[in-house]
Amino acid sequence: MEIYATLIAITESGLRLSVPLIFACLAGLWSERSGVVDIGLEGKMLAAAFAAAAAASATNSAVIGLAAGIIASVGFALIHGFAAISQRGNQIVSGVAINMLAAGLTALVGNAWYAQGGRTPPLEGDARFQPLTWPGAEIIDQIPVIGPLYAHILSGHSALAYCALIATILSGFVLARTRFGLRLRAVGENPAAVDTAGVSVTKLRYAAVIIAGVLCGFGGAYLSLGQAAGFLTNMTAGKGFIALAALIFAKWRAWPAFWTCLLFGLLDAVAIRLQGVVVPGIGQIPVQAIQALPYLMTVVLLAGFIGKAIPPKASGLPYVKER
Amino acid sequence: MSAPIELPKWADVSLVPVLAVIVAFLVAGLVVLGIGESPVRASILLVQGALGSGEGIGYTLYYATNFIFTGLAVAVAFHAGLFNIGGEGQATMGGLGAALICLKLDFLPWWIVLPLAIMGAMAFGAVWAFIPGWLQVKRGSHVVITTIMFNFLAATLVVYLLVNVIGKPGSMSPETRVFEASAHLPYLHEALAAFGITIPQSPLNLSFVIALVASFLVWLLIWHTKLGYAIRTVGHSPSAATYAGISIGKITMITMAISGALAGLLAVNEILGVQGRLLLEFSSGYGFIGIAVALMGRAHPLGIILAAILFGMLYQGGTELSFEMPRVTRDMIVAISGLVILFAGALDGLIRRPMAGAFARLLKSEG
Repeated sequence: MEIYATLIAITESGLRLSVPLIFACLAGLWSERSGVVDIGLEGKMLAAAFAAAAAASATNSAVIGLAAGIIASVGFALIHGFAAISQRGNQIVSGVAINMLAAGLTALVGNAWYAQGGRTPPLEGDARFQPLTWPGAEIIDQIPVIGPLYAHILSGHSALAYCALIATILSGFVLARTRFGLRLRAVGENPAAVDTAGVSVTKLRYAAVIIAGVLCGFGGAYLSLGQAAGFLTNMTAGKGFIALAALIFAKWRAWPAFWTCLLFGLLDAVAIRLQGVVVPGIGQIPVQAIQALPYLMTVVLLAGFIGKAIPPKASGLPYVKER
Repeated sequence: MSAPIELPKWADVSLVPVLAVIVAFLVAGLVVLGIGESPVRASILLVQGALGSGEGIGYTLYYATNFIFTGLAVAVAFHAGLFNIGGEGQATMGGLGAALICLKLDFLPWWIVLPLAIMGAMAFGAVWAFIPGWLQVKRGSHVVITTIMFNFLAATLVVYLLVNVIGKPGSMSPETRVFEASAHLPYLHEALAAFGITIPQSPLNLSFVIALVASFLVWLLIWHTKLGYAIRTVGHSPSAATYAGISIGKITMITMAISGALAGLLAVNEILGVQGRLLLEFSSGYGFIGIAVALMGRAHPLGIILAAILFGMLYQGGTELSFEMPRVTRDMIVAISGLVILFAGALDGLIRRPMAGAFARLLKSEG
């Protein structure tokens, strides 16, 4: 039973760690499916995490915090969209700029406002998204085997975590089954064809970039209002890039993205759990090896050694209307 | 990159980056104003801190050394149409290469250890960039994504090695033992003292000279050798390169290796010059700021040296500024770099289009 309890605990923390990855990964999915490469997921999430924590600490409301996070993230998304779509600038350069701008500004402003080394004041109560306990979770927890599954895996996460699931369902459905989704995917593959059909490439791409901004807003708010109790300097710590890796690993599809993020979150939880643990017969397992796995797997996949990851055909290319 | 906008060459290499920096500074000034400090006073403090004393100038040039290396690394890749954002990882691996040699051989005299350690730094950096290049050529995975992943892989690899293999026994912090004196690249104040010249003490070391030599060699390579010609051809027009019988794959891999070797040299300044041991995160963002330096320097070594000195001033001045104005931390420099990358890189059309219009009108009124 000991092992089972440990497994449940690892899964529970893996789920929590995967939530921001899922949001960021879906954001990347929307953006890149429309042909706009987005390596600024990290920066947008960081900006959102800061804005969310700052607004929540000022208003003592997690919902207002979330709204502020979304606004900040969409603001950065629009800068990226303007550079990539309207100015036809280099999308990778723009993404790098977004990341640096967000890292610099959040630390600078955070330090200036709160004078706590870039942190926001600790948040509590209504200023955070508290874990939701499903009906009867405490009693059902007593039931062997199934009980903990209900109490710790299904129940007990913050509202934003359930939003991640909803976002996946919506993204998967809209992209695959609606006219908007079809057009958006077409714009990422062959913008000229969409343009010929009389649909605005610019509008579709802006729509995608804004959706990406909203999703990164959720991801960032989850970090500072759900997972932690406030903002810490550079608290995204590469999550935006792991999400990018997950996106490639999922071959730019919504549900595989969801599962890949869960896997990467679980790996992270396992790595945290194994820190300093000595396994009999093997010795100490190098935590870094597990932490490196998402990156390594992505490199191997991209190199075509296990399957082939082919990005949307027009991704990274600005669309120039022929005259 | 973006649609070509015709500008006279002198304007393209001087006015565009200068205007981009001015716009970036104006935006940064607004931020300073927004957090309730005077941008004018901040600028004065910054320049004073960077250039107001011999020590300040020493620190400025010491930081500039890092930016020259990472700026050159990005620029060389630019010339072949490649975007190497793996400077951080390559510098980290460079540190590992230098450290391994120092740990094994620092009982030998300096004239054996130092050249070997420098070569070690370059070789490890080169390999860490060559692999993404090779993967792009042979396996079709894009260099940008692979180099991002390689940044994280380098970081975790070095953490693992420092914690489990080459770390100082019994030490709680993940770092190696301090190298022997023979593996220390002399500070400039030490080197000049040998000739009877006294300058203020600072971390500025002989790496600065190496950086200048590297800049000259890059200039020679890109504009005065057959390889450089091939690199520029591949960057300008891959199809023309193919018709001319230049192997794009080969040039891609060679360029990435050179780029990585230059990024690896950052470790020479930080590890051999200043720290004297390998520790974590010594590359602390220099690799990314190298992108701003390369964009601002218009991928030309002379421009890169100037841009690197500007960023060196920002780093040193920004440190001094944060003592005087605790509300304006050095994070501001990261934000400014982001703005420079934005305005000199992704949004340069905003600056170049009106300028192209102005020049066209000017020519018309003259003609």
